[in-house]
Amino acid sequence: MLIRFFTVLGLCLPLQALAQAKVSEFMLDNGMQVVVVEDHRAPVVVHMVWYKVGAADEAPGKSGIAHFLEHLMFKKTKNLASGELSDTVAANGGSDNAFTNQDYTGYYQRVAADRLELMMRMEADRMTGLQLSVDDIATERDVVIEERNQRTESSPGALFNEQRQAAMYMNHNYGVPVIGWMHEMENLNFDDAVAFYKLHYAPNNAILVVAGDVTPGQVKTLSEQYYGVIPANPKVQPRLRTQEPPHRSERRMTYYDERVAQPYVSRSYLAPERDSGDQKTAAALVYLAEILGGSGATSVLGKALQFDTQQAIYTSAYYGGTSLDDTTFGLIAVPVPDVTLQQVEDAMDDAIAKFMATGIDLQIFKRIKVQMRASEIYAMDNVVGIANRYGAALTQGLTIADVQDWPRILQAVTTDEVMTAARLVFNQKASVTGWLMGMQEDLK
Amino acid sequence: MIRILAALAILCTGSVQAEIKIKTLISPGGIAAWVVEEPSIPFTALEIMFSGGAALDPADKRGAAYLMTGLLEEGSGDMDAQAFAAAQEALAASFGFNVYDDTLTISVRFLTENRAETLALLKNVLTQPRFDLEAIERVRKQVLSILASDAQDPDSVAGATWSQLAFGEHSYGKPREGTEASIVALTREDIIAAHQRLFVRDALSVSAVGDISAVDLGPMLDDLLGDLPAGKGLKTTAVDFAIEGGLTIVDMPTPQSVALFGHAGIDRDHPDFFAAYILNTILGGRGVESRLSEEVREKRGLTYGVSTFLVGKEEANMLMGQVASANDRIGEVIAVIRHEWIKMARDGVTEAELTDAQTYLTGAYPLRFDGNAKIANILVGMQRQGLSTSYINTRNDRINAVTLNKINRLATELLKPEALHFVVVGQPKGLNEE
Repeated sequence: MLIRFFTVLGLCLPLQALAQAKVSEFMLDNGMQVVVVEDHRAPVVVHMVWYKVGAADEAPGKSGIAHFLEHLMFKKTKNLASGELSDTVAANGGSDNAFTNQDYTGYYQRVAADRLELMMRMEADRMTGLQLSVDDIATERDVVIEERNQRTESSPGALFNEQRQAAMYMNHNYGVPVIGWMHEMENLNFDDAVAFYKLHYAPNNAILVVAGDVTPGQVKTLSEQYYGVIPANPKVQPRLRTQEPPHRSERRMTYYDERVAQPYVSRSYLAPERDSGDQKTAAALVYLAEILGGSGATSVLGKALQFDTQQAIYTSAYYGGTSLDDTTFGLIAVPVPDVTLQQVEDAMDDAIAKFMATGIDLQIFKRIKVQMRASEIYAMDNVVGIANRYGAALTQGLTIADVQDWPRILQAVTTDEVMTAARLVFNQKASVTGWLMGMQEDLK
Repeated sequence: MIRILAALAILCTGSVQAEIKIKTLISPGGIAAWVVEEPSIPFTALEIMFSGGAALDPADKRGAAYLMTGLLEEGSGDMDAQAFAAAQEALAASFGFNVYDDTLTISVRFLTENRAETLALLKNVLTQPRFDLEAIERVRKQVLSILASDAQDPDSVAGATWSQLAFGEHSYGKPREGTEASIVALTREDIIAAHQRLFVRDALSVSAVGDISAVDLGPMLDDLLGDLPAGKGLKTTAVDFAIEGGLTIVDMPTPQSVALFGHAGIDRDHPDFFAAYILNTILGGRGVESRLSEEVREKRGLTYGVSTFLVGKEEANMLMGQVASANDRIGEVIAVIRHEWIKMARDGVTEAELTDAQTYLTGAYPLRFDGNAKIANILVGMQRQGLSTSYINTRNDRINAVTLNKINRLATELLKPEALHFVVVGQPKGLNEE
């Protein structure tokens, strides 16, 4: 009865056309790329500038400088007093913020559509007009140290993740945390910030994304007026990062922290990312993560560990495909109280081994495909989300065509491709297995 | 017959005009709902809110509503948990079930083509939950794991300590997730009782936004909700806000202390509520532009974030704030916050601060209405508060009507430096309990 029910539903879902937002692009003469995402449902606009520089582009010993500079970008500029940009956005009823990741740094404002010009004027001003003072450095460095205290030092899970990343990447900067190592953060200075700013903040290293109630014509006129006049910086270099050597030895680690109440096992594998013109393996890995750990009730790990043997409270698989360099594919298993980390890790490995031997349940595969198609429809309700897709992709080595092809590539994935990708990624030698435990959990 | 009334809400702020065309309807079966027809994307966000939440748990059954809510997706009708999940995935629909102290909410998202099947699946949850013993044990373990983690999490410990001090033996005094003892003792009967207590027809507020018409929605709501038992929904008992001025320290081994602070607040229906709302915005409600953030973060670099917020519960109102700072600096943070509290209570705010906050709040209001799910969420909250659809048109006028005299009179009444209590979790240096 139930089986028939699903089959009928699976067949009658038409969803012929893939939903697609209205997107335009052009390039300014100084090399600044511009993307416009139209959504005219509400008279609101999101204005974002993404720089093709992130924490992984920091020099040795200067970890945290990309994020620290992000904070300092709200200080005094040629035409704005310290804090004036945010005050002005707020006075116009908008909100603003910024973010830093391994591969990019971004700044955005969300505001009434008729305030776009004001946002551009201010954002263009701070692209090259920042005027830092030594006082700014000392106070704001304290703030980012407190941010590290809050996000990382106070969270055993975050400290564990930091250690795991460091073990995963032997030679690539992804092994260094975005916020920075504390001992290096404490020594970041005025010269570091200015040097990083001068080297990386330029129109030819930036992408403008404007999304909402605007037309490409409006954005073209305004962006030429405000960003187009900033000269390109010839010192901007292509990003050449140290890459991972072949991984020849699996790494195992245990992190003890008395604040841990719920121990768990995490396994991550080095994995290929989405590459421009070559996204099929990444698409297959998206399916693999969904099949193995997408849903607690129907995924391979959920079914085996949470339902059949009931050894786990929670299981998951994850894959972050958008990344400039090699990314990771991960598995997590959280044991119930009377099951040890060794037992739950063994159960996880057994479930994966069984999956590799028996292959993919076609009903699950079909449902995931339907969900991915539907997610493109739901995504159109969130214009900021679509703007983020473009900003992230374009700062991580992909093109607009890659972003627009991605839903179609996802729909074309076959079960064979998923299994091939699984055999590629499940290489024990390129893996890190971490146990997070409280002090008293030892050898339980 | 379906009665539909259309109201056009125009958000006019000088900078943004957003049109939210709200239709109010009473279904043939008598269920009231608000609808915004927005057919440009083929899906609908449906928001259902029941008045009455975890605070209705009997004193010795704290956590019953939370555990029940966690079990709603774990099987209903002839489907067990896995069959239910498979059906939901095949429809690409999403259900969010959440319970708070005073409400239970269901957030649904479905594609137009799967509307009927999705609502049929949801109806099973509302009327035929299975609460299988196996599922109860599985979810109970999840809740116990959450409780154990919360006991080690400084923010959760601060929240639980605050609630205990403020509300004692009242349901508000214990976490809605329950305690280890109460969760272990819950039976299937307790869970069924929680379901029956909360899912009653007259406690409902409903809104739908997206590719759906008011004409179609009425009969669908009758199908979905018409079989729920009648009944108004219960109200939680009154409670005295017991916390007095002072300082409580909870020792935890962490490099940074977190602090939760505050005192009594103001009722949503109070004539001065908007003055209080603006006052809070200036004090600590407005991100890095607030006074507290300026003093604690921008000038002194003592924290990554400090904020204040008004808490409106069914039976209690609070003005609260939170901050985190290194153990050797939290003492200075608290001194600065106390000083700012005294200063604002005594001197109020300036004309410029008031005008800036009014410009910000009135400009930001229409920006909230961006997305079907967000609008559905706002509309259901308005219904529960007894507001009319025209509130959207008048809300900014109410903000702008607050004068400097009014807000500064309110500042002396609302801000009570001597009543300010801090709960600090960590290993703060140089601080003593008061």
